[in-house]
Amino acid sequence: MNAVESWPPLLSIVTFLPLAGALFILVVPREAEGNARWTALWTTLITLIPALAIWYLFDPTTAHFQFVEEREWLGGSFKYKMGVDGISMLFVVLTAFLMPISILASWDAIQTRVKEFMIAFLVLETLMIGVFCALDLVLFYVFFEGGLIPMFLIIGVWGGARRVYASFKFFLYTLLGSVLMLLAMMAMYWHAGTTDIPTLLTTKFPFEPLDILGFGVPGGMQSFLWLAFFASFAVKMPMWPVHTWLPDAHVEAPTAGSVILAAILLKMGGYGFLRFSIPMFPVASDLFTPFVFVLSIVAIIYTSLVALAQDDMKKLIAYSSVAHMGFVTMGMFTLTTQGVQGGIFQMLSHGLVSGALFLCVGVVYDRIHTREIAAYGGLVNRMPMYAFCFMVFTLANVGLPGTSGFVGEFLSLVGAFRVNTWVAFLATTGVILSAAYALWLYRRVIFGKLEKPALQGILDMNSREIACLAPLVALTILFGVHPAPLLDVCAASVDALISNYQSALAAAEGAQLALGR
Amino acid sequence: MNIDFSALAVYGPLLPEILLVVGAMIILLIGVFREDGQAGSLGWVAVALLVAAGLLVLRQPAEPQTLFNGAIVIDPFSKFMKSLALLGAAVTLFMSFDYMREARILGFEFPVLVLFSVAGMMMMISAGGLITLYLGLEMQSLALYVVAALRRDSPRSGEAGLKYFVLGALSSGMLLYGASLVYGFTGSTQFTTIAEQIQSSGAGIGLIIGLVFLLAGLAFKISAVPFHMWTPDVYEGAPTPITAFFAAAPKIAAMALLVRTVLTAFPSITTQWQQILVFMSIASMVWGAFAAIGQTNIKRLMAYSSIGHMGFALVGLASGSAEGTKAVIIYLAIYLVMTLGTFACILAMRRGDQMIDEIDQLAGLAENNLPMAFVLAMLLFSLAGLPPLAGFFAKFYVFLAAVEAGLWPLAILGVLASVVGAYYYLRIVKVMFFDEPADAFEPMSSSLRVVFGAAGIFVLLYVFYPTPLVAAAARAAKTFF
Repeated sequence: MNAVESWPPLLSIVTFLPLAGALFILVVPREAEGNARWTALWTTLITLIPALAIWYLFDPTTAHFQFVEEREWLGGSFKYKMGVDGISMLFVVLTAFLMPISILASWDAIQTRVKEFMIAFLVLETLMIGVFCALDLVLFYVFFEGGLIPMFLIIGVWGGARRVYASFKFFLYTLLGSVLMLLAMMAMYWHAGTTDIPTLLTTKFPFEPLDILGFGVPGGMQSFLWLAFFASFAVKMPMWPVHTWLPDAHVEAPTAGSVILAAILLKMGGYGFLRFSIPMFPVASDLFTPFVFVLSIVAIIYTSLVALAQDDMKKLIAYSSVAHMGFVTMGMFTLTTQGVQGGIFQMLSHGLVSGALFLCVGVVYDRIHTREIAAYGGLVNRMPMYAFCFMVFTLANVGLPGTSGFVGEFLSLVGAFRVNTWVAFLATTGVILSAAYALWLYRRVIFGKLEKPALQGILDMNSREIACLAPLVALTILFGVHPAPLLDVCAASVDALISNYQSALAAAEGAQLALGR
Repeated sequence: MNIDFSALAVYGPLLPEILLVVGAMIILLIGVFREDGQAGSLGWVAVALLVAAGLLVLRQPAEPQTLFNGAIVIDPFSKFMKSLALLGAAVTLFMSFDYMREARILGFEFPVLVLFSVAGMMMMISAGGLITLYLGLEMQSLALYVVAALRRDSPRSGEAGLKYFVLGALSSGMLLYGASLVYGFTGSTQFTTIAEQIQSSGAGIGLIIGLVFLLAGLAFKISAVPFHMWTPDVYEGAPTPITAFFAAAPKIAAMALLVRTVLTAFPSITTQWQQILVFMSIASMVWGAFAAIGQTNIKRLMAYSSIGHMGFALVGLASGSAEGTKAVIIYLAIYLVMTLGTFACILAMRRGDQMIDEIDQLAGLAENNLPMAFVLAMLLFSLAGLPPLAGFFAKFYVFLAAVEAGLWPLAILGVLASVVGAYYYLRIVKVMFFDEPADAFEPMSSSLRVVFGAAGIFVLLYVFYPTPLVAAAARAAKTFF
């Protein structure tokens, strides 16, 4: 194990810089409230520098954790340990990249309690980056759950009309899922004697069937641990049927909140599957794969249909997120190189695209103050630039070749096809449905005659909004034509994940055969 | 004539208790001769006495020692718990002066009664046998009954005191009955001898019944379900600073007593008392969480919250392990700070002469007074047990112990109850941050500000430097194993 202390501690820097920015805003007097925006923007931009440095210095040929830092923390075996591998590193960069855009997006939209908003956002950034860097279970949990507090406040204080309901639902749903995971983590600690993630990745958790109250539980302890982690990540992801908090939270959150929610917070679920569920409990993962496939397929088809029926733009995109996350879970649980890489790529691409779509909704919402699809129409006549950006993201959402959305969807489908044709077949209908709801949304909002009186004076995007969307447009297309930079980075880690998984399964089968004889 | 003072050396380890009792009597004497009957600066003398006693406790040697044929035990555990109880008492006393003066109930009796009850708590914490246990408990309780009814012109306060007294007397009766059975079946009142007896001749049914009664009596004092009924009424009826006092120091002492009793007197029949504790723990967590949802009065809410928190602390004790005991100690320390901070805020809820204790009245506090709203929100999130705040680590350790002991139903129900509990704390945050502002409160007095701020800083920054508390708790827990 690579135990060399990296210097400078890049991961701690990228994690805690935003917190330092938040503290700085805290001590700045209230009269200079406008400065809070600039401070937050500069903080997030400066945070991007070490994040990019990590990407630049990252060695994609190894599956080991890199930039590892280890310090005493809670005493005993609970350490402050940070590190990234090919799976987590890109999410750190994604988070750091989307934060300045979100701050820019809330530049004019947030007019009350600006200072507090920026503080909450920066604290949230620290916690989100921490989730992807943590290499200790307890540390991971602290970051993972800590994010609830700022997000609760962001939705509740700066949200829309039903913000109280949405914020409570978001908070309680996620908390309910996570507390069971906490118990599973404790059980892992007592079994393995450590909460060090690299060590746990090589720990074999018992899978001998257990007898509980007369019921035989296949997969034994692994099954229980898997289910506890699943409870948390499935809610976070979110998977059908525990996705219902997401549309509410998305609709009520301010634009920047929706962006972060869709682009980063949802990815924690997928990341969790790849970091914990699959490598640590391979037997249980194998056991539950059909279950995950069924849920993914239902999510893809059902939520796509639900998205078709929406008349609120944000809600439509929220449901489409659930469908896209269905592709992610399906791809990851195929446990093929293509599937897992596709899942990761889909998450990264969805981070860019869904974030951008929420920004697009935010652009018109700031002007007309409604998210009703019916209130719009013919925007292309007055907002050509907007129509172009919106189109790029709509097509990327559909998964058109040449956009980043295609690569992820295609790879996950290839992975699924290798494992189970029916799964691939059913998931493909989701692609068609996504074309239906996304293009239909686009037609209703952008094309047609500009008839609504409220829209007569609407202005095209200003330079701030262009600055928000332009990098996203560029990256969506760039990674659509040239996905290699992302795929190469995670390749070694994904290969290691899969080969470890296969060998663990083979060993488990051998052990079971031996038991049978 | 020669007096041999060296015989007094045996009292040396009891110096903190002696200091408190003698100090309290002197304050009483001075108070009687004061014309106005007010406490005046005597209150500060009481605080100083508590602090001095705390320093003396901290200076005690780490090796365990027993006095008076084992009736009093002084060890790292008692040291730690006594410091907590003294801290709690000193801080609540410190916070209460402004309020009590305002309400014209700052008689000189108040600090005296607090000092006596703290002396009782210290006896409880150091109790090495059933006799000391009972003496300490009664000394503490009698003073508390009077304190609860201190506001003589208020029927609520009188009701609180009477209720507390009647139910407390009942619980003392049960405790005495249990103690007598234990004595009858083991032939000793000393914890260590009882343990040896049970070890050598086993536990008969009579002893088990005695144990049940003993635990029931102690459960009253920590207000664990199903012996919690007095708590909401007493919390609501008593003057607020006194409620803060009830929520802090006596809980620590009673929990310490419970820990010591089960771990030193009944270590060989863990399975017997474990069942009882698991039940009380689950019932307290669940009932504390659900009953708090409907509360509109913040003092009543805090009462249910404290019931729930005692349930969580019991999770650690129910595991019956060194890890669990350490967890209880950490839990109590963090609970103490959170409670003191929250009550500092409740004491600051005042408009004009009027004390406010309705949750609705906190509406829009974030608009009127953001620092206060922010710190209170952090305290509430911490009480709910969310990372990265201190309250999370308190819950973390107790559940860690429960999982180690394989108490799965307890652990699972416990974390689920904590989600329900999160709801009612969130509701207060919602009122403060999401609702339209009500009128502003009077500015916080400086003494409250100190306590409130210190608690907030502790809760927020604990995550960065958690080791000292954990290490101290581990040292204290090692006493029993």
